[in-house]
Amino acid sequence: MTVAKKPILLDVNGLTVSFATDRGMVKAVRDVSFSVHEGEILSIVGESGSGKSVTLLSLLGLHDRKTTSVDGMVAFRGRGILDLNPGELRRIRGREIGLISQDPMTALNPVYTIGWQIAEQIRAHEAISARAAKKRAVELLGEVGLSNPQEAVDRYPHQLSGGMRQRAVIAMALSCNPALLVADEPTTALDVTVQAQVLDLLLRLRKDFGSAIILITHDMGVVSEVADRVAVMYAGRIIERGETEAIFASPLHPYSWGLMGSIPPLTGPRLARLKSIPGIPPTPDRIGEGCGFAPRCAFARPACLERPPLRKIGTQAALCVLEEPERSALRRTVLSPEEFA
Amino acid sequence: MTPSIPSNVASRTTGPSAPDTSIHGTGETCLSPRVPLMSARSLVKTFTVGRTFKPGSGRTLHAVDGISLDVFPAETLGLVGESGSGKSTLGRCLTRLYDIDGGTLSFEGSDITKADTRSLKPVRRKVQMIFQDPSASLNPRRRVRDVLAEVLKVHRIREGAGIEERLGELMDLVGLRREYLDRYPHEFSGGQRQRIGIARALAVEPTLIVADEPVSALDVSVQAQIVNLFSELREKLDLTYVFIAHDLAVVRQVSTRVAVMYLGSIVETGETDALYARPSHPYTQALLSAIPQPHNRSRQGRILLTGEIPSPLDPPAGCKFSTRCPQAQAVCREVRPPLTAISSERSVACHFPLA
Repeated sequence: MTVAKKPILLDVNGLTVSFATDRGMVKAVRDVSFSVHEGEILSIVGESGSGKSVTLLSLLGLHDRKTTSVDGMVAFRGRGILDLNPGELRRIRGREIGLISQDPMTALNPVYTIGWQIAEQIRAHEAISARAAKKRAVELLGEVGLSNPQEAVDRYPHQLSGGMRQRAVIAMALSCNPALLVADEPTTALDVTVQAQVLDLLLRLRKDFGSAIILITHDMGVVSEVADRVAVMYAGRIIERGETEAIFASPLHPYSWGLMGSIPPLTGPRLARLKSIPGIPPTPDRIGEGCGFAPRCAFARPACLERPPLRKIGTQAALCVLEEPERSALRRTVLSPEEFA
Repeated sequence: MTPSIPSNVASRTTGPSAPDTSIHGTGETCLSPRVPLMSARSLVKTFTVGRTFKPGSGRTLHAVDGISLDVFPAETLGLVGESGSGKSTLGRCLTRLYDIDGGTLSFEGSDITKADTRSLKPVRRKVQMIFQDPSASLNPRRRVRDVLAEVLKVHRIREGAGIEERLGELMDLVGLRREYLDRYPHEFSGGQRQRIGIARALAVEPTLIVADEPVSALDVSVQAQIVNLFSELREKLDLTYVFIAHDLAVVRQVSTRVAVMYLGSIVETGETDALYARPSHPYTQALLSAIPQPHNRSRQGRILLTGEIPSPLDPPAGCKFSTRCPQAQAVCREVRPPLTAISSERSVACHFPLA
């Protein structure tokens, strides 16, 4: 699964996003850095308010430019995209970077057929006739697994089921054969049997078209099934990143431990109690320079009030003061080894 | 958890299409050591959709299509299914928030199928409901104190200083600070609001709580806290739960017994661990295999269903799952299989149950 040999497609360095609010500027994303290689699936996981969607929207230039300030460096194929003007950005978005949003009902315009909407996107980027664009739309709908694309192309969004709508949105994102697909909670609104179909589709797209995918989700199960690498976000920072296998085998950050302990297992012995994390995630205006997780962390110490250091182990890295062997010892108190064998 | 059951009650759950002479008032189940707290027999709930002013217009949707189900004291019955399976509708029928269109429903032995608001009041003291969206189920203009005290006053549970004392107890039970009584719902996080919803349900000291997707609106770390709270409260207060959820991992964590629903019918019921380990209905098997699991990354053995749950307005003939079932044969498309006991702990509605 490791595809790290391939060239870097998207490189994000020190991305910081602040919103103007009544209480002054609030940092929603703090110094976030990650990269996506060609053909790779990177998953960004986190709970609501962790900054994962804001990260995504701001690097695509989809934020409100009046109230949001974005700092840092984002390079797509080696070219900085944060300072591009809207016209230049539009040539990249939709053609080279496709977006799949969470709710297919709001991503689609209810008064146009899905075929019209897919064709519109193709014609926005390529000089081709309406007829040819519609033909491509039919092909794309077949590609994403709609059983009767000839008929579906003339349907309105409300005439399709949730799973079919999400496939239509994916077809639209794929319409210009993008090198990078950005999917924001693409399966959250779907039932589990349909989610399995859509995840299968994403994996097939990567295989057939070599698209890289950034998958934003809160579901650790989804991450484990499709991601090559994972970035865990909490309180606006990536607190841990690394290859999926490594993160699930030996998570470094206490928040990652808590996240994994919070998920009820589907097999094996049942636990009398889940190992939940006490408290709730902080709102962005309450986070200082120190570790954002410290107030909920069972292992917090005075050093956590300062900016946490980045510690690297193999392919993994975490923003946490803990060091070996103490870290492993503490992890064993939260997660029993047999659970993560 | 579950005591062994004499074979004479093995057929306690019977499908809608089977003649149910064996269950109606024969006293058979009453002789067993486990008397159900709540019993539904061939329960039906329909909705009319697409009705206009033209007489006779509109179509009938069977949201709950002849379900027979027992809820036993001290158990947690997990009700799982995808959206549109009818699990929420069934929950609302069990609490009589909906009028029932067919079949019978009894609670502690008395028939409450047609009970009116007044005769339901004592039942409401014992059967409570917790809703999915804690923000929508709390009045934004009322303090927590007023929300909880109203329940006590309506049911005349406490008076005067007793009310204040009970409010404090309730806050302690659900893990909220007593000072929060004077706050408004918007001042709380989602998890805290759900704790208030739970406190409101507990206020009347119920025996049975029907919880409809109580944790699905919450983030994972908070979800785990609330799931643990449900377990703690059951142990502390001897509660019986009907726990409705689409998340099979959460249901496994809290339930002693599970009923799997598909298009308004129960397709399988069984003791939790056994059902998850060895599902008998192909739908249960597919549902379980569709769940991505962090502790098991292999995608081998995954059964990928095609298509989606059909419209309940137009359910397939024969077995409702036959259109998506990998094992379906000719008979499945013609004859609807009744929910039949295949062992003392397991019932399944399938012509070809998995071994």
